Amino acid sequence: MAFKNIICPVCGASCDDIQVELRGSKIVTKNACKMGNAKFWEIFSPHRIREPLLKESGSFCTALWDEAVDRAAMILVKAKRPLIFMGSETSCEAMQVGLHLAEFLGAIADSNSTVCHGPTAMGIQEAGRVGATAGQSKSRSDLVVYWGSNPLESMPRHMSRYGVYPRGYWTRRGRFDRTVITVDPRKSITARNSDLHIQLKPNTDYELLSALLTLLHGKKPHPSVEKVTGVSISEMEEMLERMLGCNFGAIYVGLGIASSFGKHRNAEAALNLVKELNNHTKFVIGALRGHCNVAGFNQIASYLYGYPFGLDFARGYPRYNPGEYTAVDVLREQDVDAALIVSADLVSHFPAACARYLAELPVACIDIAPCPTTMISQVVLPGVIDAMECDGTFYRLDDVPVYFQPFTGSPFSFTDSNEDTMKQIFQKVKEMKR
Amino acid sequence: MATLIIRNGYVFDPLNEINGDVKDVFIRNGKVVDDLSGAEEKEARVIDATGKTVMPGGVDSHAHVAGAKVNAGRLMRPEDHYKSVRSRTALTHSGSGYTIPSVYKQGYDYAVMGYTTVFEAAMPPLEARHTHEEMRATPIVDMGAYLVLGNNWFIMRYLKEGDIEKAAAYAAWMLRTHKGYGIKCVNPAGVENWGWAQNVHSLDEPNIHFEVTAREVIRGLGEVNELLGLPNSLHLHANNMGHPGNWEITRNSLQILEGLKPQNKTNVQWAETKMDATRKQTVYLAHAQFNSFGGTSWRDFCSGVKGVADYVNQVDHVVIDNGAVPFGPGTAMTGDGPAIHDLYMLSGQKWSNTDVELECGSGVIPYTYLKSSPINSVQWAMGLELLLQIKDPWKTIMTTDHPNGGVFTQYPKVIAWLMSRKAREDTFKECHPWASARSSLAGIEREMSLLEIAIVTRANQARTIGIANRKGHLGTGADGDVTVYDLDPTRLDVNDYSKIKRAFSQAEYTVKEGEIVVHRGEILRVPDGRRFYSTPFVDETLEKEMLADVKEWFKYYTIGYANYPVPDKYLKNPVAIQVNKPLEAVARR
Repeated sequence: MAFKNIICPVCGASCDDIQVELRGSKIVTKNACKMGNAKFWEIFSPHRIREPLLKESGSFCTALWDEAVDRAAMILVKAKRPLIFMGSETSCEAMQVGLHLAEFLGAIADSNSTVCHGPTAMGIQEAGRVGATAGQSKSRSDLVVYWGSNPLESMPRHMSRYGVYPRGYWTRRGRFDRTVITVDPRKSITARNSDLHIQLKPNTDYELLSALLTLLHGKKPHPSVEKVTGVSISEMEEMLERMLGCNFGAIYVGLGIASSFGKHRNAEAALNLVKELNNHTKFVIGALRGHCNVAGFNQIASYLYGYPFGLDFARGYPRYNPGEYTAVDVLREQDVDAALIVSADLVSHFPAACARYLAELPVACIDIAPCPTTMISQVVLPGVIDAMECDGTFYRLDDVPVYFQPFTGSPFSFTDSNEDTMKQIFQKVKEMKR
Repeated sequence: MATLIIRNGYVFDPLNEINGDVKDVFIRNGKVVDDLSGAEEKEARVIDATGKTVMPGGVDSHAHVAGAKVNAGRLMRPEDHYKSVRSRTALTHSGSGYTIPSVYKQGYDYAVMGYTTVFEAAMPPLEARHTHEEMRATPIVDMGAYLVLGNNWFIMRYLKEGDIEKAAAYAAWMLRTHKGYGIKCVNPAGVENWGWAQNVHSLDEPNIHFEVTAREVIRGLGEVNELLGLPNSLHLHANNMGHPGNWEITRNSLQILEGLKPQNKTNVQWAETKMDATRKQTVYLAHAQFNSFGGTSWRDFCSGVKGVADYVNQVDHVVIDNGAVPFGPGTAMTGDGPAIHDLYMLSGQKWSNTDVELECGSGVIPYTYLKSSPINSVQWAMGLELLLQIKDPWKTIMTTDHPNGGVFTQYPKVIAWLMSRKAREDTFKECHPWASARSSLAGIEREMSLLEIAIVTRANQARTIGIANRKGHLGTGADGDVTVYDLDPTRLDVNDYSKIKRAFSQAEYTVKEGEIVVHRGEILRVPDGRRFYSTPFVDETLEKEMLADVKEWFKYYTIGYANYPVPDKYLKNPVAIQVNKPLEAVARR
């Protein structure tokens, strides 16, 4: 069986042109990048978690589904302040149930953006964001800046689908119609394929952005900036000149901005630079969202409760204070006493102190494959792969929602999707609380 | 469904020419009925509305309540949310946000004020799934959304080619594909230019590349609208919004549609009304206040309402909503990207913008209206002037262009100013002297009656957007949406306007389809509202020709043709309004 127009559930690009052919227990994909292709293979992967697991005296044994759902619910009901972590590799529909559950329990709800572009979201809260959907740059942009990002490795099709190579309405020659600037301390593969590589010293994005703003305002930055950033003022001038000379410029920021010193202040400075550039020519900025639906959590948490990530429902209404209610901080401060982790591997990606504390807590998780997080969990519920085995919504890197349909069904008789699993847990929680 | 009787209230139902008569309202199976049988009457729930005001459920025909730009506002403004929260109850969700509340809070807040129907003012096609997702999550109120088409590449291309039929075929297909209710046109020809950081500033200046003018777009989309026979007329956000002196271009824009005949080709069932409940207008001008600026600069800024109001008084093809400014915090958000950039240049606030490929744009910026500000004070006066200077209330609608001029929860303040000269005089004392010096408001004696308030807060909304077949009145067969306000019209003293404000801030009862959903601010039931959208049809061959063009240009999108539509899944309780079927006229001439 062959399927077309399948959405890829790996990175924020949400490519919607994947072709999939199922041949028995083999799968052949077209158009997918290496990351995408690998994920499609997960359906038949030998390490796929296919049964619910419960930890009894330190080791896992398989369990009945109802028993496992009961245990997961029990963990949440017994907790005073659970953490509901809705990872980005699942649908908005599942995330919505997670948010409702967190509200019901007075829990903390968070998602991957807390350790990803959370600082960029905070930057937007300081400065706003002048952006556009991906097709605007596809048709119009003649200058592209990758700042602190390396799309050829983190979002392999960004350059070909949206950023650099596509032949849009006014960019018929694709790459030849565009200038590419990369700002990165590394000589990344993206940097090597750029027209201009600004190789700044690590953690000096804020200084470089400020210097560019100063130049934009017609003033010379203090010469010390050269030593600080490792970029000469003449290089900065060249960069700015190219930027001012374009008709439509697009800046794509990565974690090089959000995760280096300065964090949200870096994002704020970049966003302010783009605002100012619009007094001279057209400029937009967007974040290269790493995980498929990481933008989705920001969107639905904002419209359901008013804040993009790190929500605390302990008072019965949503509260937001990054650094206090965000997942890393509540784990580091040992401020939660249980966790439900959905489609994310916190133990691998969070600071060691958080992982260590998490290992002491009662944890239930939903995942498709064994990982350090499943290992420390008491309950492991098998995950359903969104966009392959069930339908739902992802938000793309530019916040455009994409509806995905499956090309095969859930492999399980007991659940149709992660949304379904979450609803079953919620139902159990309600029964136990009654 | 429950049977309900609302007894002995003073009923204000303009479309049925009922002006404060003491009457009973009967509702059975969610619909208003003439009478109930004796047995039904015994079983029925009864609301005693003696000494209270009864009106049809409120209808908001222009508010920014769902979708990408509203959410961009929520995401970028935590400061708007910290101080305005709602706690969870056994029945209701929690929420936060003052000018841009989260969806649950928003639905409850509307219901508490007695509103049961709200229309989203601008839905970008590519992001329609987002708008529908938010509407799906919004409790209680019925909703629909206008689809933004005024800077759409296909529309501009067809209008340039003079091919109205194909433009109509495209608009019809887009409304069906994205489940939109009507056609919205925002800064015609200008937003496309904003893709290059430009704008247009007159009706006859061709835009970049597409070389189409605002005049051509307004005329074209107006004709498309009537050719299809949509429930609403063209919903226009005119050019040069927020610029001193723009009243003239606004009037000239309205003139473009003179002579066009309103056509409603929907096949809906019409509830009984005494007055003709079909729309009379061919253009519904949004937030007229922001488009009626006088003067030539901020220095000689003044109200330009007179020019617009005089024109509207003379003609019959225009309905306006005012976009009142009740002072206080707002969040400016619109599909007019360049207008928000101009506001950014003025205020220097944080600013968000999203241009949407091949279709439209948008901008969001926080804005606070101050009584100490000369400009804001004049704007306050203008919002009221518009409703008071235009003589026929059936040509006007009260809004704050939520959350642009102000927040929808401030409607009661606006009602008080409209009903009470004393209220206006007291505000004059508090705000900048420009309010009286540079507008005509101080000299206006008119005070709106409760009947007129019922017209400008529900009846005319429903008639104008073509939903009066079931909303905005209490005739037999209408939806059982009723609001009871704790206000005795026989003892009404408009000088004591705080009473008016209080009464309209919190309905005594809000009834949705015969069920009591709110009683004095307490949510009793949380039904799911309906979602209205239009499904217009055109000749098949014409549609095929048009779709060939669409497929040719679809490569410029970043989403595939197959993944472009809004699936049914995104709508709860959908009501598809069939338009122009059996087919009429929209074939090649």
